[in-house]
Amino acid sequence: MLRKMLDKLAHSFEKGGKHEKLYPLYEAADTFLYTPPDVAKRDSHVRDALDLKRMMTTVVIALIPCVLFAMYNTGLQAHLMIAKGAAPLDNWQTALFQMFGLGFDPANLLACFLHGAIYFLPVYAITMAIGGNCEAIFSVVRKHEINEGFLVTGLLFPLTLPPTIPLWQVALGIAFGVVIGKEVFGGTGMNVLNPALTARAFLFFAYPAQISGDQPWVAANLATLPQGVSGATALGRAASDPSVVMNHTGDWTATWWDCFVGTIPGSMGETSTLACLIGAAVLIITKVGSWRTMLGVVLGTLALSSLFNAIGSQTNQLFNLPFEWHIVLGGWAFGTVFMATDPVSSAFTDTGKLIYGFGIGALVVLVRVVNPAYPEGMMLAILFMNMFAPLIDHFFVQANIKRRLARHGAA
Amino acid sequence: MLEHYLSLLTKSIFVENMALAFFLGMCSFLAVSKKVETALGLGVAVVFVLAVCVPLNQLIIVSLLKEGALAWIHPSFATVDLTFLSFLVQIGSIAAVVQVVEMAVDRYAPALYNALGVFLPLIAVNCAIMGASLFMEQREYSLGEAAVFGLGSGIGWAMAIVALAALREKMRYSNVPEGLRGLGIAFILTGLMAIGFLAFSGIQL
Repeated sequence: MLRKMLDKLAHSFEKGGKHEKLYPLYEAADTFLYTPPDVAKRDSHVRDALDLKRMMTTVVIALIPCVLFAMYNTGLQAHLMIAKGAAPLDNWQTALFQMFGLGFDPANLLACFLHGAIYFLPVYAITMAIGGNCEAIFSVVRKHEINEGFLVTGLLFPLTLPPTIPLWQVALGIAFGVVIGKEVFGGTGMNVLNPALTARAFLFFAYPAQISGDQPWVAANLATLPQGVSGATALGRAASDPSVVMNHTGDWTATWWDCFVGTIPGSMGETSTLACLIGAAVLIITKVGSWRTMLGVVLGTLALSSLFNAIGSQTNQLFNLPFEWHIVLGGWAFGTVFMATDPVSSAFTDTGKLIYGFGIGALVVLVRVVNPAYPEGMMLAILFMNMFAPLIDHFFVQANIKRRLARHGAA
Repeated sequence: MLEHYLSLLTKSIFVENMALAFFLGMCSFLAVSKKVETALGLGVAVVFVLAVCVPLNQLIIVSLLKEGALAWIHPSFATVDLTFLSFLVQIGSIAAVVQVVEMAVDRYAPALYNALGVFLPLIAVNCAIMGASLFMEQREYSLGEAAVFGLGSGIGWAMAIVALAALREKMRYSNVPEGLRGLGIAFILTGLMAIGFLAFSGIQL
């Protein structure tokens, strides 16, 4: 029935039709619901049923564990803090949650999930509405197709934000990410930086108060907390004294396993290394994400954290944070699995991917340990290596050309 | 001592990148970054000029221009302070070094000479070079520090322009909106690259 309706509408969007200008919108709705009609008629170069659309859908599927955990953990962290003495935030989200009459109970799975969803879903909705509109306007004016790439960007971006982020900032951030990070370069597949990270970096530098520090990571009013209890993230605490996190002293009670599972404060989707691992498995099995990039990041992190451990430092305790803690804290896992592997902004060549990943891994540890300005370095490390990915490729392509010339002689 | 030089080198390459932290040398940065090979050539030339000019200017300032520097000629010169000449002298020495580089490139790499065109002699007025020289004077670097700082600034600038060139080569097939093609998108790219380089800002070395 839907098919018939779309076909009926088709003629008014095709050339000469009434809504000719809005064709990209129609096209997007059509191909999102059904497989595109234009099938290759002659021999095609790629023998695979996978096109960009299905590829992006795979990433969305891989992200589902992260999304579900994000909702649960956002609620859980809020309830834990409220149990410790924080007041619930005085906003419509709290009012809406209380209408369900579930109470702020950290042990109640449903209550946590519902409370978190009330924070996550509006952020997601705003991202899709504003970002989607920016994309639609560009595609209508510039006559290119709306692409499913935005579904991924639009899901990655909210997951990298703290739960208390003001919604107008979400709108501003995603508009910047889509327009400056992607559309000015010509749309999907032509951007040089990851649009979701561009959006987050923009917010990070424009409004640092709402996206860094100790306050924004838990959806509760932390001002009423008793002395010695704070909502700081694990990395925020580790920046001043990593032994607090490693030995879980003071009000920090999370063990390594808690950090691995992800029941710690942080950006909504980044906390669970476990959920990211499930996503990684999906991406690697379907060959959508590159295992080389991920392996590169792991090796880079391992190399530099071991180096710092070996050097040691009296003044900077972060030198002593070992590898296994680096990978469960902050956005390491999320960035490695979903951001670094973005096929558009990463390196293309196989060896290039390893080097690109290694650079990210090394840089994350470097920024975390050496740069006191930012406790977390994943976002900036990936953006930095995005800039150098084409250069890495360039040198490998040139080397390949030279090698082949040598192999086939100068005939 | 070695540690001090190493940290100065890292600082001048990454934390205080001439192109992406101070936005110096923008004209050639944007104009000669269309191809990686050309950008690499200009980058190497700038590294060389910086690595020679900054310590050279340091020597000139300390041994000729500073108050009391000329006392070796005659004790009555001990009060002579020629630092008001420092701008003029630095420009002169930079121009001289660039002239030498130009002749060398013309002789040994004529292809590169033609590709760089007017931007090779224009290194003389590349603000990254004058900028590094003035930073050196202002921060009162020693001769060794000046050499390391000049080298580092050059490497940082060269790295930035080569990365930009690779990005622009990759973007050759991008469908950039008409109004932004060429310099427009290069400006936006430079801004985005600067965001990436912010990863290093705040590092204390």
